[in-house]
Amino acid sequence: MTISDLFKETSAALLVNKARTGLTMLGIIIGISSVIAMVSIGQGAQGTIESSIQSLGSNLIVVMPGAQRGPGVQVSTGRGSAQSLSLADADAIQQQILLVRAVAPEINGRYQITARGTNTNTQVIGTVATYPSVKNVEIDTGSFIDDQQVKSLAKVAVLGPTARDDLFGEGVDPVSQTIRIKGVIFKVVGVTKAKGGSGFSNSDDIIYIPISTAQRFLTGHEYVSDINVQAVDQQSMTDAQTQITSLLLDRHHISDPTLADFSIMNQADIMASASSITNTLTLLLGSIAGISLIVGGIGIMNMMLTTVTERTREIGLRKAIGAKSRDINLQFLSEALMLTFAGGAIGVILGWILSLLVSHFGGITTSISLFSILLAFGVSAAIGIGFGYYPARRAAGLNPIEALRYE
Amino acid sequence: MIKCDNITKVYNSGDVKTVALQGVSFEINDGEFVAIMGPSGSGKSTLMHIIGALDTPTSGTYFLDDQDVSKLSDDELADIRKDKLGFVFQSFNLLPRTTVLRNVVLPLIYAGFPSGEREVRAKAALENAGLNESHFYHHSNQLSGGQMQRVAIARALVNNPSLILADEPTGNLDTQTGEIVLSTFQTLNEKQHRTIVLITHERYVAEHADRIITIRDGEIVEDAENRNKRKINGIV
Repeated sequence: MTISDLFKETSAALLVNKARTGLTMLGIIIGISSVIAMVSIGQGAQGTIESSIQSLGSNLIVVMPGAQRGPGVQVSTGRGSAQSLSLADADAIQQQILLVRAVAPEINGRYQITARGTNTNTQVIGTVATYPSVKNVEIDTGSFIDDQQVKSLAKVAVLGPTARDDLFGEGVDPVSQTIRIKGVIFKVVGVTKAKGGSGFSNSDDIIYIPISTAQRFLTGHEYVSDINVQAVDQQSMTDAQTQITSLLLDRHHISDPTLADFSIMNQADIMASASSITNTLTLLLGSIAGISLIVGGIGIMNMMLTTVTERTREIGLRKAIGAKSRDINLQFLSEALMLTFAGGAIGVILGWILSLLVSHFGGITTSISLFSILLAFGVSAAIGIGFGYYPARRAAGLNPIEALRYE
Repeated sequence: MIKCDNITKVYNSGDVKTVALQGVSFEINDGEFVAIMGPSGSGKSTLMHIIGALDTPTSGTYFLDDQDVSKLSDDELADIRKDKLGFVFQSFNLLPRTTVLRNVVLPLIYAGFPSGEREVRAKAALENAGLNESHFYHHSNQLSGGQMQRVAIARALVNNPSLILADEPTGNLDTQTGEIVLSTFQTLNEKQHRTIVLITHERYVAEHADRIITIRDGEIVEDAENRNKRKINGIV
């Protein structure tokens, strides 16, 4: 029996009972398509999270103030709320550590902002001219704060696109208009490009002002909220982090590193923990979908067993006219395989469509990888062989005399 | 060409031993039309299974075309069935919802014929079996009983076997249709010198053959030429 004969025999046998074949295939179709869709959602989430971490800046190390731990009773204040980092620390990092390309200290707080009768409550960041390059912020219109404005305590502001929309309306050019932050008048000099994000992490609902101005008019003290440091490259991040730690420990006169009054996070750590979360998510979604794939496989086995019983006389006849056990085995195995392959192919297409629909209507980015398609096909082939093997062997093992007599 | 020598068959089911055949010996020559007749339980089905290479005897030898078939493995038996035997069953055993032509082509697929040659051979076999060409592309379950049995005969003929074995071929047919099928066998025997072994429990059916072997309780009780052969003329 040649391959093309086997193919013809198999498809003829499957087409005899179209409804049953279709329903059995549906099990595999649902299984495969949900695996594809779920894994694509998981991988899409991974991609989104990674790119949003990347958009925070490249080769970024963030130094944050922390509560100083001393002997005795510890009063825990929230991380970042302590006042232990100053502009002088930022300058020292910039000047003394060679692995650092740029340093951008920042002060942030939420204030009520008014402009021409509208008002909004948003985040105000006091920072320096290097901030856009460190944190990947791009300017849309106007310009960012420059060194001169920081030195001269200029009352100038750069708006994020959402803050601009809230205060001046969408599409309006606010450059050289004025806003009031905490009663102080600021002149708008620029608007940044949208970075995306929503809710509390909206990096577009922000107003930037010179750090010196923020210290003088808004906070009234000389501490900074955190220091953003950009390392020269990816490889030097760990070294840069170690050097910054020892420099700051030295400057703050702390000899025991466990008692440090600041903490340092680097982007690679954030990325690693985020991707371990999304990997778990992908695995979870994939394994839920995998269960339906197994159920589909059991459906195939069920159908094949029914078929073998139903077609006992046919098997007897085939043996009588010269089919060997191997031929019968191959025939039923290929029926199971064809079911799973056809189901798998339709499932891949359906899963693809499903993930496109999810990203279109659900607003979730999805990504289909060749890997997940290959995986789905591999799994469906394995199911075909795995769940088709037993029924096929049962068919092949039938005694021709008894099979022919079977009623 | 068929030579059975002292064939016995014993079935063991648990502690009970059933002796189906006890020392059966006979020969059938090329071109003969032989009926094996006996009541149910006589062992004629067992004998048919052994002649048909579906089963092997417990002891004794069976030569088919000078080849010892009595001690072959399952796969070797399958090869013998494929190359040397054609079966016609009581209940036709055609593949349902499959065309007549495809049913007849089936043995040729297992025999490994190229697909072009298969259809030519199958059509010739169907014509030989007396089936009208207009039925070739019908599904087998759309045919009458007599037509189905002729398709089965064509399927048995298609690979040009040394021996055609018909197991109660008229059992599911009314008398008139049965006559047509039996006359088909007679024509095949007389015109094409096919060797045919007909297994039946009815004397009337057996009387269409040239020679009748009567079997009872696993033994041959009579093996004689059929002197009053029934002839049906002009149907095929």
